[in-house]
Amino acid sequence: MSIATAFFYIFAVVTIASAIMVITVRNPVHAVLFLILAFFNAAGLFVLLGAEFIAMILVIVYVGAVAVLFLFVVMMLDVDFAELRAGYAKYLPVGGLIGAILLAELLLVVSAWTIAPESALRIGERIPGDVTNAEAIGRVLYTRYVYFFELSGLVLLVAMIGAIVLTLRHREGVKRQNIGDQVARDRTAIEIKKVETGRGI
Amino acid sequence: MNLLLADYLPLVIFFGVAMFIGLALLAAPFLIAPNHPDSEKVSAYECGFPAFDDARMKFDIRFYLVSILFIIFDLEVAFLFPWAISFKEAGLFGFWSMMGFLGVLTIGFVYEWRKGALEWD
Repeated sequence: MSIATAFFYIFAVVTIASAIMVITVRNPVHAVLFLILAFFNAAGLFVLLGAEFIAMILVIVYVGAVAVLFLFVVMMLDVDFAELRAGYAKYLPVGGLIGAILLAELLLVVSAWTIAPESALRIGERIPGDVTNAEAIGRVLYTRYVYFFELSGLVLLVAMIGAIVLTLRHREGVKRQNIGDQVARDRTAIEIKKVETGRGI
Repeated sequence: MNLLLADYLPLVIFFGVAMFIGLALLAAPFLIAPNHPDSEKVSAYECGFPAFDDARMKFDIRFYLVSILFIIFDLEVAFLFPWAISFKEAGLFGFWSMMGFLGVLTIGFVYEWRKGALEWD
């Protein structure tokens, strides 16, 4: 067994184990920390595949940003465990129904899924020449897949505007500094007087 | 392939050393530090008075807004890396496709600036 295979098994086992822990631990903050561990090990799996760029983006975007966002959400939720358990019996039928439908759909997908025969030939295909990972992506992403690229820009725009519309609430009566107004104020609004020393007004 | 993985050997050694030091520092107190707990020692200490309530509380929603806006610009920067590397191969069309992408996100940036989403009251 080569070292790469050993590392594959380490990463795969830790990924699956931490993914299971995400959905089984009681404390939601611990669940998010296990999710971060799963992301890190998935990045390790990508490195083993030779997809360095995806691996690093996974660490930067998912661990650095998305996991922090999850932590914020979990902390904001103010989870009351007694209250959570109180509704367990009440929501069991609806939740069970949704779970059963999802399971049926997943089984349908997996059973109807056939792997294209020619894809097996492409598994070991390397990027031609001495091109790095990010460069190979850059050569096709901005020209051949330009529609998907621009579409991702629009998705980000929608996310940005949606987040602002949903969460931005300005408080009433907060005094803000407006430097433009201060500089452009009317000079006649105040009166400047020369006061002689020791005289007073 | 193995050449690529060999590049990661320093990283593996680094992680190994970091894990060793971290675990050693965690395990050492159990082995050497004196441990005589009593009820006063192990009880929560909060500047002299008993703790009022749970440490868990509701955060301001604006933390969420700031972090989601951060993620969006983080992703925008992630798209810039392959573009910068393959700048020559992508040509003029690749340049303008990135300008279009940045333009769309600049619309969002102007919107959030004008709405005051970047201000913290």
